[in-house]
Amino acid sequence: MRPRHTSRDDLRAREFEAYVAGAGGRLLHTATLLTAEPHAANPRARRLLTLALAHTYADWDRLHGEDPYDHTRQYLATRFAGGAWHRRGGLLRLHARPGGPLARLTPQERLVLVLRLHEGVAEEQTAALLGLPAERVRSVFNRAMAAMLRPPPKAAPAVGGVEAVPS
Amino acid sequence: MTRMKREATVRRMLEQSPPPLPPELHADAVRRGARVLRRRTLARRALWLLSLAVAVAFVVWALTARPWVEPPSETTPPLTGW
Repeated sequence: MRPRHTSRDDLRAREFEAYVAGAGGRLLHTATLLTAEPHAANPRARRLLTLALAHTYADWDRLHGEDPYDHTRQYLATRFAGGAWHRRGGLLRLHARPGGPLARLTPQERLVLVLRLHEGVAEEQTAALLGLPAERVRSVFNRAMAAMLRPPPKAAPAVGGVEAVPS
Repeated sequence: MTRMKREATVRRMLEQSPPPLPPELHADAVRRGARVLRRRTLARRALWLLSLAVAVAFVVWALTARPWVEPPSETTPPLTGW
């Protein structure tokens, strides 16, 4: 079984390397927006993206013409929605100062806003991806937009407002 | 502000200063991805082995127990008064 390490593996390795080089930057930006970390120090976003890319790598031969970017993004979004990343963020938020432009939003608001605006995913696809009704996606999106366009509060402890996280 | 303009404003806020791509990202992803693949291969192999073992066990049992052979009758009345 060992000597099956052949041209197919090499081809996959080359294709995957080109894919990461091409799409990695944008995906890391997306992941960093989701975790609301400062751009210079984003360990959680990196871990999330590494995990998503690893699964894309594992499924590479079974994509059959499907866009690998969609595959990685879908894994990224569902994994983030899955929860572990919220809670850790919720705890960390008390200590580490959140960065990024989305620090004032809840994780779900960030997820919908990033998918809809930054990634340009349509409302119906976002709803299907997250397993939510489209009306709910629209209302979360509108709430996130309102929060983004509201002028930032003067004092720093505005972070406390993010504690009530509906999940 | 119109809807389009609001969305353009927020999109601009999102798109400023993308983070730098760490050089070890590709290697880490490949390492973890290979691990996922290896685990899947192992699980598949274990499942095949298990089904093979079940099949063998069934055949052995069938050959020893021969459930298709009609069992000898145990309800024949005793023959007396000949």
